Amino acid sequence: MPAWLRLAPGATIALLIVPVAAGLIAALLPAFGYFPPLGGVAFSLDPLRDVLAAPGIERSIGLAALVGLLSPLVALALTFVLLACVWDTKGLSAVRRMVAPLLSVPHAAAAVGLAFLIAPSGFLFRLISPDITGWERPPDLLIVNDLWGLSMMAGLVAKEMPFLLLMALAALPALDGSRRRMVMASMGYGRGTGFFIAVAPQLYRLIRLPVFAVIAYASSVADVAIVLGPTTPAPLSVRILEWASDPVLSTRFTAAAAALIQMTLTLSLLGLWMLGEKLVAQLWMRFTTSGIRSGGGKFPRAVGLTVSLLPMLAIAFGLALLIIWSFAGRWRFPDTLPAGWGLRAWEQLGGGAMELATTSLVVALVPTIIAAVMIIGCLEVEHATGRTGGNRSLLILYVPLLVPQVTFLFGLQFLGVVLRVDGLMASVMFAHLVFILPYMFLSLADPYRRFDRRILQVAAGLGMGFWRRLFQVRLPMMIGPILTTLAMGIAVSIGQYLPTLLIGAGRVPTLTTEAVALSAGGDRRALAVAATLQALLPFVAFWIALAVPSFLARRRRGMQIR
Amino acid sequence: MRMMTPAADTLSLEKVAIRLDGRALIDISASVAPGEVLTVMGPSGSGKSTLLHALAGSLAPVFKLSGSVYLGDADVLALPAETRRMGLLFQDPLLFPHLSVCGNVMIAIPRAVSKARGERQDLAETALTAIGLEGYGPRDPATLSGGQAARVALQRTLLSGPRALLLDEPFSKLDAALRQEMRTLVFDHARARNLPVILVTHDPADAEAAGGEVFVLT
Repeated sequence: MPAWLRLAPGATIALLIVPVAAGLIAALLPAFGYFPPLGGVAFSLDPLRDVLAAPGIERSIGLAALVGLLSPLVALALTFVLLACVWDTKGLSAVRRMVAPLLSVPHAAAAVGLAFLIAPSGFLFRLISPDITGWERPPDLLIVNDLWGLSMMAGLVAKEMPFLLLMALAALPALDGSRRRMVMASMGYGRGTGFFIAVAPQLYRLIRLPVFAVIAYASSVADVAIVLGPTTPAPLSVRILEWASDPVLSTRFTAAAAALIQMTLTLSLLGLWMLGEKLVAQLWMRFTTSGIRSGGGKFPRAVGLTVSLLPMLAIAFGLALLIIWSFAGRWRFPDTLPAGWGLRAWEQLGGGAMELATTSLVVALVPTIIAAVMIIGCLEVEHATGRTGGNRSLLILYVPLLVPQVTFLFGLQFLGVVLRVDGLMASVMFAHLVFILPYMFLSLADPYRRFDRRILQVAAGLGMGFWRRLFQVRLPMMIGPILTTLAMGIAVSIGQYLPTLLIGAGRVPTLTTEAVALSAGGDRRALAVAATLQALLPFVAFWIALAVPSFLARRRRGMQIR
Repeated sequence: MRMMTPAADTLSLEKVAIRLDGRALIDISASVAPGEVLTVMGPSGSGKSTLLHALAGSLAPVFKLSGSVYLGDADVLALPAETRRMGLLFQDPLLFPHLSVCGNVMIAIPRAVSKARGERQDLAETALTAIGLEGYGPRDPATLSGGQAARVALQRTLLSGPRALLLDEPFSKLDAALRQEMRTLVFDHARARNLPVILVTHDPADAEAAGGEVFVLT
């Protein structure tokens, strides 16, 4: 192994930590009024006072807390219910197949699709109007953008479930499901109860960091909040964005103070959650040792399956609606389907859409490839030294996912302005790199570590050096996991709203920023086109990642996924 | 067909000791003359495979290795794995699944033997014919029978021009008839090429067929 490759782990760790730390510091200083480039030369509490004096701010903070706790809780509960219904059955592999395409759907596109489904003028109401409801016009109900953020939470639950499922499915094999199922069954416990007693506690411990990431995400999310969340007042993150994009530069101090409050809030929620963990653990012990053996049977299982699959079904339906809307001609309210079809919306966005798609793809591809090289470097060093870094390196990997995006990105935007690199495509790519790296690492690490060492020993015995072993043996044999990892990088990048908006200073428009911007307007067809394209790119990436290896496996049976 | 010059080096292990967490796994001094076989026997977990990994240059970093190993004049332990020219055979043939049968053999031929693609392919096809697999070149290695794959693995190793052979229970997964055939094939080739061989096994019949010195680990 060439010596310079040994720098890979250090470089990767730096990439995960330095931007977050720099961003936090650059958000912290102006929060207390100190930021000379903008004229803040003395520390003061004025920015914090300004935030707290803003109308409706208690409600904004409260909403962020509510959404930040409830949506992860529901997503986690539904994930466990689904797994309790299908563990150690054939259904598990069906769930496995479902996860990747659902995970690939960007948050914004999923949120827009959900809005098309549940809005007063949406598909569900069209289905039952006017026959059941008697409505000839959309009812005056505040379903999307509702005051309590219910539809926003629904959107988040539906999008976080596939992520938690993916992490749980990766952890599940370590827990030896079949044998535990047999042991529990021999003591008279049904599948459901058996899961919650024998598997769930350990499984939770294994997916704890992903759950924390979901809490941090949900409490500070912006794009889903803009599309589905309450507007007057909006959740905290959206208000930070408003202040951060205010042309009056002094308002940035207010934004910084709000970003600091966001950070404090997210950390408090994580602390609260950890207290909750202790409580639940107590209840769990009581339940476990009580000997209650209910929870089996067909009926509870059917209910559990229905409820837990509902959010993901909603996403699938929403996506279909995106496509329908993008081709819809005249489509008046109670009509279930459009009266006519057409390409007008696509033509109107036309070249613009192509340009947006190209930008999105370039902004996704460059950091994805850089991240892949860095990760393979890290894993090769790990292979050579036998040191995995253990839990500490896992925690480092999660740093960008546990700190609220809006806080440190806001700080990075500040730094970008000072260093005059704001609004550059390269800066946006750099920001994306920080966020896709953890996901890509998690995706590639396991298959890389499981690779049969003896194959590489044989290759070395045949006289193949490091690079030939890597490029002629290891990487071609791992084509499946590698393409999946690249697709993961592209999907996560295309889904990024805040980094694109804040670091791009609005000057690097992508499908994501366009879809979110259009969601506020009245043109459903244009919105549908942007959201469809946004969902399409990651989908194609994952499709290629599945199709190419299975095509290759047709000629080489030994390449089938083991 | 140009052949590699037959190697005629003695493989000598001087006080080779492997430790794991301070506990000694292996302590061995031995000398294997060209064409001879040293059989290392021991129960599973005795570290016999670890010895081969150490000699091949792919010892997991948790192990501590001391002592020295010479192949002729060459200080083996100072070399990276790929220049030690230690041919490895495991109980699985470990053919590269993404290459054709012919590709598996071609990848082993040193550039010093031939650089021309066509010539390398001819060499590989000839080598396949020599083990009764004429015309199998374009096939998917996963379609070969266990015996065929084992022979390709052997041929691949021999074509890479090794100066010693390291065998890690290479016959244990073959059925009885095939096992005898492969033993004869491997040991005959090693003798014909004057290669020192270290065989690791738990099967006394392997040791008997090898006919050399036996070192027993506990």
